[in-house]
Amino acid sequence: MTWVMLIVLLLSGQVWAGEARPLADDPVAEARLKHLAVELRCLVCQNQTLADSNAPLAEDLRREVREMIAKDMSDKEIIEFLVARYGDFVLYRPPLKATTTLLWVGPFVLLMIGATALIITLRRRAHKVVDVPVTDEEHRRVEQLLAEGSKRS
Amino acid sequence: MNRFLLPLSIFIVVVVFLGVGLKLNPREIPSPLVGKAAPDFSQPQLYDPATVFSPADLKGKVWLLNFWASWCSGCRTEHPVLMELAKSGEVPIFGMDYKDQRDEALAWLKRWGNPYPVVGVDDAGRVGINYGVYGVPETYVIDKQGVIRYKQIGPLDPDTVAKKILPLVKQLESQ
Amino acid sequence: MIPEIGHFALILALCVAVVQGILPIYGAAVGNSALMAVAKPAARGQFLLVLTAFCCLGYAFAEKDFSVLYVAATSNSQLPLHYRLAAIWGAHEGSLLLWTFILTIWMFAVTLFSAHLPDATRSRILGVMGLVSIGFLLFMLTVSNPFERLIPAALDGRDLNPLLQDPGMVIHPPMLYMGYVGFSVAFAFAIAALLGGNLDAAWARWSRPWTTVAWCFLTVGIAMGSGWAYYELGWGGWWFWDPVENASFMPWLAGTALVHSLAVTDKRGGFKVWTVLLAIMAFSLSLLGTFLVRSGVLTSVHAFATDPKRGLFILAFLAVVIGGSLALYAWRAPRVGLGGSFAMVSREGMLLANNVLLVAAMGSVLLGTLYPLFLDALDLGKISVGPPYFDSVFVPLMTPAIFLMGIGPLAQWKKASLPDLAKRLQWAFAVSVVTALALPVVMGNWTPLLSLGLLLAIWIATTAVVTLRERLAHVSGGSFIERLASVPRSYWGMLVAHCGIAVFIVGVTMVKGFESEKDVRMNVGETATIGDYTFRFDGTQDVVGPNYTAARGTFRVSLDGRETTVLYPEKRRYSVQNQVMTEAAIDPGLLRDLYVSLGEPLDDGAWSVRLYHKPFVDWIWGGCFIMALGGALAVSDRRYRIAWGRQKPAVPVSTGTARRKVA
Repeated sequence: MTWVMLIVLLLSGQVWAGEARPLADDPVAEARLKHLAVELRCLVCQNQTLADSNAPLAEDLRREVREMIAKDMSDKEIIEFLVARYGDFVLYRPPLKATTTLLWVGPFVLLMIGATALIITLRRRAHKVVDVPVTDEEHRRVEQLLAEGSKRS
Repeated sequence: MNRFLLPLSIFIVVVVFLGVGLKLNPREIPSPLVGKAAPDFSQPQLYDPATVFSPADLKGKVWLLNFWASWCSGCRTEHPVLMELAKSGEVPIFGMDYKDQRDEALAWLKRWGNPYPVVGVDDAGRVGINYGVYGVPETYVIDKQGVIRYKQIGPLDPDTVAKKILPLVKQLESQ
Repeated sequence: MIPEIGHFALILALCVAVVQGILPIYGAAVGNSALMAVAKPAARGQFLLVLTAFCCLGYAFAEKDFSVLYVAATSNSQLPLHYRLAAIWGAHEGSLLLWTFILTIWMFAVTLFSAHLPDATRSRILGVMGLVSIGFLLFMLTVSNPFERLIPAALDGRDLNPLLQDPGMVIHPPMLYMGYVGFSVAFAFAIAALLGGNLDAAWARWSRPWTTVAWCFLTVGIAMGSGWAYYELGWGGWWFWDPVENASFMPWLAGTALVHSLAVTDKRGGFKVWTVLLAIMAFSLSLLGTFLVRSGVLTSVHAFATDPKRGLFILAFLAVVIGGSLALYAWRAPRVGLGGSFAMVSREGMLLANNVLLVAAMGSVLLGTLYPLFLDALDLGKISVGPPYFDSVFVPLMTPAIFLMGIGPLAQWKKASLPDLAKRLQWAFAVSVVTALALPVVMGNWTPLLSLGLLLAIWIATTAVVTLRERLAHVSGGSFIERLASVPRSYWGMLVAHCGIAVFIVGVTMVKGFESEKDVRMNVGETATIGDYTFRFDGTQDVVGPNYTAARGTFRVSLDGRETTVLYPEKRRYSVQNQVMTEAAIDPGLLRDLYVSLGEPLDDGAWSVRLYHKPFVDWIWGGCFIMALGGALAVSDRRYRIAWGRQKPAVPVSTGTARRKVA
């Protein structure tokens, strides 16, 4: 019986061939690396994440991060390690500090200003507009003209 | 103010910034290490792998640390400047051979001349990472207390040496 | 000789542009019809001249004339013909010629479809476009001449960047530029209206189809760029919030706002001042994008080779064109009238609220893109603003916009009632919420973002159904098909474009929520499984392309033991630039893409291989194409077809300019 099974296995190469090994020795650590690296900037590249870049420095930095993960350092510690050496430039998510306040609140301030302006304008406008420049009558006339035009053309 | 002028005003501010931006180099990243203690290391020396090179040996001196490699074209550009500076004897330049092959590095120095009293070897690029090196050549000015005072990103040129490095070295020497 | 003809044609085009930019506008100001009549022949002449220049450059590429510096720099004798022709826009100088060429195409189109415009308006429009064209022609002739000679000629060219040697690259830039430059028409209409002081409903009606067409091109152009990044960069991403991508996205956001704002102005005569500003903004952002990409102020994965002189030129040009038009705006806008009245809760109100959201989103992209530059200019340090920032800012801004998108089409003009709307939409809302909550659970991975994405997509779809049903209910009689056919195409266009957004959101949400990837080390004969699909690696072969050599891997893909497809990813080495490119192999599908890219060869014939299973990823681009299709449908509406055939203004001049009120 064992023989038969062995022969079957030998004949069907597909079954014989094994499942490919993951590239990384430790897939869990690799997942953490990836999670960190997509928010980090490769310094030598034009504009790529540490995860995507194949530059030698990016490879070295990934190696450093892998070692730090192996040493069981927290994400925060790893990021601090990199920021201490390369500055905030490595972070694709800029930290919230005095100089970046405008960056982070800007979009929402913009929205508030826009919304307020819209409401105020609409309110003010409601008092001012007396007549309607494009009246329904005019619209009808336009449509009529257009209809005639289509018949003529 | 006429509120219809607002878009124009915003635009003018943006144009001014863009104009200033034209003069800046977006790829030059200032180092957060300036003003901080130079990271320690003990690396084998290029000419004598059995001996280590460590910044601790240089306490009390003002010195330059130059990261270079035989494969780097910018290093070739700045090399004559380093040779000149070394000849002048104003300040010692210590080399750090970054991610390089030993024989190629030796051949390179033999061919173009060696401005360094001592060259350390950083074959894995770890010292580089600790110093925040992101592209060779990079040069650090380190003071008597072992604090980084200046970082040059990219090749040194005679102008930078004369206007920035040497005055800074003189000032640090006198402290 | 041929390149000199091209160069000369550009010089002549510049002369014509100067005439076109000055005489007709002056003629319109003083009411001289002879001067105004110059506009049309000048625009057509300019088109022919730039076309000549374009063909000359194309000829130089086709004939491998390496005595032309630009040809020598961006092509090579080994490069296949179609890529040699695409290399025309493969770098800075040539892409600038493409820009100008497309600008003259749009001009030419304006001369063809403007019979119904008053003479003065048409002259001003063509005049403004001529002025814009002067800038670009000057730019080329002074600091970026594509016809510059290289003496002695190079033996062979330095080749086109391998990244750009791709069918997507042949078509992506022309599409994108058609969009960018197309906004110049809406811009010229707006400036012409400001100059003439006749900012009325007719102006909006005329601008609408032009804007929509440009918007369609831009939508397709951006989608193609994103698709190109997806399969060419080899790591499966489709949007990186890179400055260059943002440069194309900002005009898109402004253009989208403009398309909607024009609807209000056209239908109700309201918010003209705002619409004009948007028209100026959309084109200004296109120009700003040109500056950002070519000046080197920002780093980007696909920026052009940069030169500070060029940056300075474009900046000066930018300052003149945008600064000038905004100054004109500040001067003229206060005199523009108010238009029809409407309540806050009305279709106008919602369109404008959507406008505010779109413009806030555009402002955020601008802020995020330029912020590193601001800080650097103020010497406050260097930072990077990347995808995590844009994602966290963009989603909260777009969510309400998409929510409004469902309600807007159902709200009446002038005044709508909230309780009434709520009643009409309660089922759509209930269905969306329940499905959005349940679906991810059924699929086995519930996250808040996943549910949010699905909620928005389903909301758009269900509200579209409600909208259409109500619309049909108003049509009396006829069969269902007849009633469907009675709905105007512009209305269909709106529904289709909105559904495109829904499809796009489904794509984004599903990819983010369910994509899986694997980095494996594969020996010949080994298998790896991802998303139920089993990949068997059958080794690599050496293949030789026209200008590269490659290792081509063979992957047999099977599902439940049955072979579904064979994929051939390549690792190419382009010989001239000695650059290695990863050509991913993709098996596209309606419900998923399978994506394989070869990493590095390891020892004993094994390779590092990256596998992706990307559910619904093609919906991202499909959604964009559907949006553009919606735009195309809207433009084909009969009222535009009629308007184009007519000789007189289609809409009587409104009373807007007579009354001096501040909007």
